Amino acid sequence: MGVFKRILRRLGFGKPRKLNRSRWGDLGLFLVLLIFGSFSAFPLILTTSNAFKPLDELFLFPPRLIPRNLTFDNFRDLAELIGNSWVPFSRYFFNTLLNTVVGTAGHVLIASMCAYPLAKYRFPGRTLFFTLVIYSLMFAPQVTATPNYIIVTRIGLIDTPAAIILPAIASSLGLYLMKQFMEQIPNELLESAKIDGASEYRIFFQIVMPLVKPAWLTLIILLFQRLWVTDGGAFIFSEEWKPVSYALRQIAAGTIERAGTIAAVSFIMMIVPVVFFVFSQSKIVETFSHSGMK
Amino acid sequence: MVQKTMASKKALRSKKTFSERAKNRWESAKKSLSKNKHYYILMAPFAILFFTFTVVPVIMSLFISFTYFNLLEPPRFIGLDNYIKLLLDDEIFLISLRNTLILAVVTGPLSYVLAFVFAWLINELRPKLRALMTLIFYAPSISGSAFLIWLLIFSGDVHGYANAFLIRFGAISSPILWLRSPTYIMMVIIIVQLWLSLGVSFLAFIAGLQSVDKTLYEAAAIDGIRNRWQELWHITLPSMKPQLLFGAVMQITTTLAIAEVSMQLVGFPSVQYAGHTIVTHLIDYGSIRFDLGYASAIATLLFLIMISTNIFVRSILRKVGS
Repeated sequence: MGVFKRILRRLGFGKPRKLNRSRWGDLGLFLVLLIFGSFSAFPLILTTSNAFKPLDELFLFPPRLIPRNLTFDNFRDLAELIGNSWVPFSRYFFNTLLNTVVGTAGHVLIASMCAYPLAKYRFPGRTLFFTLVIYSLMFAPQVTATPNYIIVTRIGLIDTPAAIILPAIASSLGLYLMKQFMEQIPNELLESAKIDGASEYRIFFQIVMPLVKPAWLTLIILLFQRLWVTDGGAFIFSEEWKPVSYALRQIAAGTIERAGTIAAVSFIMMIVPVVFFVFSQSKIVETFSHSGMK
Repeated sequence: MVQKTMASKKALRSKKTFSERAKNRWESAKKSLSKNKHYYILMAPFAILFFTFTVVPVIMSLFISFTYFNLLEPPRFIGLDNYIKLLLDDEIFLISLRNTLILAVVTGPLSYVLAFVFAWLINELRPKLRALMTLIFYAPSISGSAFLIWLLIFSGDVHGYANAFLIRFGAISSPILWLRSPTYIMMVIIIVQLWLSLGVSFLAFIAGLQSVDKTLYEAAAIDGIRNRWQELWHITLPSMKPQLLFGAVMQITTTLAIAEVSMQLVGFPSVQYAGHTIVTHLIDYGSIRFDLGYASAIATLLFLIMISTNIFVRSILRKVGS
């Protein structure tokens, strides 16, 4: 009885009500979140638990959310497969590291550099440029895939990591979010720095950049996620420049006898961005409060 | 004679002023350029990449769409042939157009409303629980290939979870080929796409709700607002308009570009093209048949559809509450 009462209290019953909130409304809210939350979480939990299941448990119905015989065999098999690959796996890993580190760092720096004048100053060409950026948010990158391929080939970037990194650096969503975030920096701060004789570049690097750290994380996760899943597509055809996701996808292309390994691959591909998000969530949400459009 | 000289003088003067004006304009442009030099320098790296990989490709795509181009031979101008073939002779394009529109009309508004409703409900929770629920709803959209787990759920044999579940409860007697039968393909894509759809716009809504001025609610309670629905309509929605607009743009762009889920779950091409979308059609001609002129025509059309839908929806949303 005591336990029941305590649960009710934790759910907010018996406490003074918040403004304009009915008890039944709160209960309804709780139920809706519970149902849709489980719908959202179920496939992810299943992906996680499947990675730790032996093969005979993988296809059971009803699926076990907690494996009875917890095993790391799937990861061991994966490691074995990786160990036998033609190109050493460390090479795929290096490529992904190179793409994500150079890509995200370049994106944060270059998009912020561009966002600062857009957010804080008026000059000819500013409105036109920002309008183009907004329009570019309105169509998906698939639209420009063909000409992009031709351009990348003509510049001579084809089959180099730059073919993945450079277009990613110019991702317009990051520029947009950074510009909106920078608008809240008080102008007085910049002006007083200018009176003290600081140059625009110094103001940018020493005042503006440290102030927009929450937005860095947002730009990083958005780009990281994009670079993490890219498999190089048509832009990379040499095996030694392919990223991890490509190698893992090749392994995952197997059939039923590889079901365990595939589960392990899915789990790895999922857990890395999710963990990153868990640690940076509050900063990311802070950035998005300035994302509004007019 | 006198008149003539006067006229020529006048012409001379106006000419002078014209050249002077041009000179002045050039001077002022130069001045503004040197005054704003630092801003242009700061913007240059991004602007160069942005033009190279976004602006120029859009223009190129338009030009290539009027040609026959296969990457090996130089493009050959063929006028409107690609568009004529696309709209009049390509039945598969019409199927893909229909599918894309169905997906956009169902998934677009639904995912938009769900993203807002969940953000709104989550906003009432305590901070720790709020962070957890945000993670649960947002995680699918960043978890890479995890959506492939739906292959197991919708697997066509008796072991697929959906089939096993329905058979156990007697709803069906033999397993349904969810991913192979045209009747169910769109339904599966819609379900999985909805599961994936709480992305950037969802975060924008969460953030927007947290930044609504709290004193507004207190003032509203005094003014006679009695429940959460009135609060939502009269205070929350109007104060979140900028985030709502941003979310709409993100949601429209993703729903019109659905392809990955379709290709990975129901196959490429899918049975009777039941899961074919404009983007999968584009990939078919661009990356497999190497008919780049035709692919560019598809891309240009998709570009126009996306931009016009966005502008249309934005103009409607702008009117809400004003």
